[in-house]
Amino acid sequence: MADTPLLTVNDLRLGFLAGERLLYAVDGISFAIARGETFALLGESGCGKSATAQGILRLLPAAGRIAGGSVRFAGSELLALPEAEMRAYRGGRMAMIFQEPATSLNPVLTVGRQIGEVLERHRGLAGAAARQRMLELLRQVGIADPERRLDEYPFQLSGGMKQRVMIAIALAGEPELLIADEPTTALDVTVQAQILDLLAGLQAARGMGMLLITHDLGVVARMAQRIGVMYAGELVEVASRADFFTTPRHPYTQALFAALPEVSRRGTALTTIPGQVPALAAMPAGCRFAGRCPQVMPVCREQSPDWREAAPGHAVRCHWQGSAALADPAPVAVAEATTPAAPLLELADLKVHFPIRQGILQRVVGHVRAVDGVSLAIAPGRTLALVGESGCGKTTVGKALLQLIAPTAGSVTLAGRQLVGADRRALRAARQQAQMIFQDPFASLNPRLRIGEIIAEGIAALGVAGDPAALVAALLQQVGLPADAAQRFPHEFSGGQRQRIAIARALAVQPQLLVCDEPTSALDVSVQAQILNLLKTLQAELGVAYLFITHNFAVVEYLAHDIAVMYLGRIVEQGRAEEVLGRPRHPYTQALLSAVPVPRLDGAGQRIALAGEAPSPAKPPGGCHFHPRCPRASEICRQRYPDSVAVSATHTVACVLAA
Amino acid sequence: MMGLQIVVLWSDLLVWLLLITGVAVGVLIARTPLLLAAWRRVGRSRAGMASATVLLVFLIVGLLDSLHYRPALPGAPGDKTQYSIEVLSLLDALAGPLRTENEKTYSAPLATRLYAKETVERPGVGTLREFPRLKFGGAHLGDNEAAANADIAGRAAGGAALGLLFWLALAAASAAAVGGWRKLVRGETVFAWNAVLLTLLVLCLTLGPLFALAGHYHVFGTDKVGQDVLYQILKSVRTALIIGLVTTLVMLPMAVLLGIVAGYFRGWIDDLIQYVYTVLNSIPGVLLIAAAVLMMQVVIDTHPQWFATAAERADLRLLALCFILGITSWTGLCRLLRGETLKLRELEYIQAAQAFGVSSGRIILRHILPNVMHIVIIALVMDFSGLVLAEAVLSYVGIGVDPTMTSFGTMINNARMELGREPVVWWSLIAAFVAMFVLVLAANLFADAVRDAFDPRAA
Repeated sequence: MADTPLLTVNDLRLGFLAGERLLYAVDGISFAIARGETFALLGESGCGKSATAQGILRLLPAAGRIAGGSVRFAGSELLALPEAEMRAYRGGRMAMIFQEPATSLNPVLTVGRQIGEVLERHRGLAGAAARQRMLELLRQVGIADPERRLDEYPFQLSGGMKQRVMIAIALAGEPELLIADEPTTALDVTVQAQILDLLAGLQAARGMGMLLITHDLGVVARMAQRIGVMYAGELVEVASRADFFTTPRHPYTQALFAALPEVSRRGTALTTIPGQVPALAAMPAGCRFAGRCPQVMPVCREQSPDWREAAPGHAVRCHWQGSAALADPAPVAVAEATTPAAPLLELADLKVHFPIRQGILQRVVGHVRAVDGVSLAIAPGRTLALVGESGCGKTTVGKALLQLIAPTAGSVTLAGRQLVGADRRALRAARQQAQMIFQDPFASLNPRLRIGEIIAEGIAALGVAGDPAALVAALLQQVGLPADAAQRFPHEFSGGQRQRIAIARALAVQPQLLVCDEPTSALDVSVQAQILNLLKTLQAELGVAYLFITHNFAVVEYLAHDIAVMYLGRIVEQGRAEEVLGRPRHPYTQALLSAVPVPRLDGAGQRIALAGEAPSPAKPPGGCHFHPRCPRASEICRQRYPDSVAVSATHTVACVLAA
Repeated sequence: MMGLQIVVLWSDLLVWLLLITGVAVGVLIARTPLLLAAWRRVGRSRAGMASATVLLVFLIVGLLDSLHYRPALPGAPGDKTQYSIEVLSLLDALAGPLRTENEKTYSAPLATRLYAKETVERPGVGTLREFPRLKFGGAHLGDNEAAANADIAGRAAGGAALGLLFWLALAAASAAAVGGWRKLVRGETVFAWNAVLLTLLVLCLTLGPLFALAGHYHVFGTDKVGQDVLYQILKSVRTALIIGLVTTLVMLPMAVLLGIVAGYFRGWIDDLIQYVYTVLNSIPGVLLIAAAVLMMQVVIDTHPQWFATAAERADLRLLALCFILGITSWTGLCRLLRGETLKLRELEYIQAAQAFGVSSGRIILRHILPNVMHIVIIALVMDFSGLVLAEAVLSYVGIGVDPTMTSFGTMINNARMELGREPVVWWSLIAAFVAMFVLVLAANLFADAVRDAFDPRAA
């Protein structure tokens, strides 16, 4: 483009005060965004992406300091502006959308007040004119019935709608640049697709520049025109979308791609990036990626590489000149269980209803049907993935089968033993056979106990035979942690290491079934690959069966033998992985699969747009639960819930269309 | 050598027990890296360490006052030794003249004459109305009363110089310990030594002159019955400390146990505990305490045979007051702990323990209690100052400690009449106020430092 770019960031350095020292979170990054262009900043957590966005808006937290560089917006230097003038830019010419819609709206103000605030400050609108503009904005972001929504409070809106309101607030000042910091990370995949479409549409219509901050290669493939990869506070590669996805140059970028779980990598181990991002206080002198790089050369450790133009518009910061940094991953010895044996676990018509109480006497006025008649079976040594959006009851299934939540009805049979209504002794025996790995590795380890004590907890509680210390040492080795870890505390470990500890704790009682509740959703891609590899190896070695609860289809494709898709407390489709993924029959499964952003150039295939969001399990719609959102719903769907239809010996679908 | 009989009052026992527990907990903390790190943060805080120094001085006074004995009465050799009915403490022995040198009635600070005119018979002159000379205050001056100001100034300067010397010795010792003056002055030490030394300097420069003068004058004046106010202040410190510390000891187990149990088990147990503390909270605290204190007063008065000395009776009443305050003040901490436990029980490590079939008692002990300890510690130090103030208010209303026991509250209560008198007697009230203010301010600042160090949100 001939004219000056909208935003030019030049050699921006900013850091956080720790005592007397300034630790640089962003160390000299430069990029430019033209009008109407989407520039994506990609990187793992802790790489300084969000700090960059905060630095551009000069909204750093109290300890943050801008140490140097320049940020020019449409010709004026933002870093030199006095604070009073800066306020005209924030929310006016530049606006920001945050990651968590639940906490970025003020809960005690109506939607109208919050949009009106921006209109009044930046557009000088008030009264009827402002209201008119608010209604237009809400319509633009696709909120139905805006007249009513305007006077509602945030708690009356669903997550996706809150994010739409946030976008409306950002648009109210008619910004020339929109900064979106992980705008869809907290949302479900179908809602994510809606929001991404909305952002792309708005940007094209208004010709805004957009700075998109994300860790998701799929989102990048869908949205970005140019991409900057950040690592440890530095940009390491800047490329156009086409170059980025066809010929990534930097070893870090290549490793990010290689670490992605995919169906084509099923039989192989995922490529991992050893180690972790260096701490701010201990940045290496040379290339910051040198410690984890497969192509590291002596020069990398001494000298920080300069920018190198690999192709026009494709710059990379690396000493190494080759093209493919990684060898093809070796296949792991994964024993794919061929003949399904007798099931290890059988759930039959499992129901978990939570009563809704109201009034002074706390009378039960209804039930939240979190799980409403789920039947599943898992054979020894196999992986069943339970897939669905948040709130569909998949975690409740996992907890109810371990009797952490008392089921309302139905049966859970584990290795021939009925668990529902079993007494303490029978449950003790069952607890040794089934264990759980939790989602958040930071909340699942008691911060006051040593790792050794954490792992030995189950050994002591269930009276596992053997010397606890020796068992702990063996387990630590099995999950790939050093033996001295037993004497340390959880805060000394990174997220991935903590998840390994949680896995070791569950394995300590030698279970045959592990319920994995989104074990990688809180982890970065490269760490996720390590954990998935570990789970796969353990399955091959120990023959553990997994109930893998997740919303991440890439993980499902890579890991699962069987898949069950859940919607509003019921299973709508289940079958072998290749059947469900390859020939999905239920419209919900088809929509879910098409909504997943694919990290490839050709990823933007035909998408099935779903309207709205999943309804509340307290008041499921009559007939088929999915019919209000189903693009192919017919009259019969409104009348009764469809029966399960067997499409093949292993593949069943609860939809009238499949019959 | 005079014989003495050691008297162990119940409150002494509790004070020393608390001290031993404190030391034991300190050793335990030193072995737990996480707690140690938090206390190191307290140690780095300048305000926290300065206030801790002041608190330590108060604590030393309180501990000295918690070693009681009965001196032997002089009797003919060979007789069975009789002991005085007066119970003295080590502090009384150290502050000997302060306790015994009583004037007739009010005298102003550092005065040499009484504050009230009296009719005196002068041989050869007849009866006169004048301010009589004090028996002890400035007695060493003899008739040369005009030299009082110069004498006071001289002694104060001497005391200050001594204080300064003492401080220099301390400072040199600590400088040697941390490795050089430069580090000390610049605050480059892990522990906030510079704040401690600065506080010590202020303390030495105030206490030095104070003690240099205390032997020959009534530095803070005397009260209605001629007792030295400085002595009363020193005796009040122990009462305040006991009220502050022993009460927490009473309320702590109740608050921790009930709060965690309510939050962990929920259901009807939670309902019951909530019901109890809501009811307790809705009764005006002063009424409840007044009723309990008066009932206890009746019990004490009808059983005089229980007590060998007046001190024992007063001591029991003090403990009963602590107990009653404890019973009425556990609800706040209990409610906090219930809320925190409700949050913790949903955390995944608790669920992981439940998935292993770990018993509820063990989950509470291993997983919940250590993770709410920071709240307990914060609540403890913050409650301390509130309780000291509560004692003052209750004694002022007349339902606090025994009237024979000196406390800030009784001092303020007595001062009530003095303020209505013409001319006004102001020194008792001001002295009690300043001493209590310093104690409570130090406790509050220390509590702030502890909260900052332990609060996970602040860290």
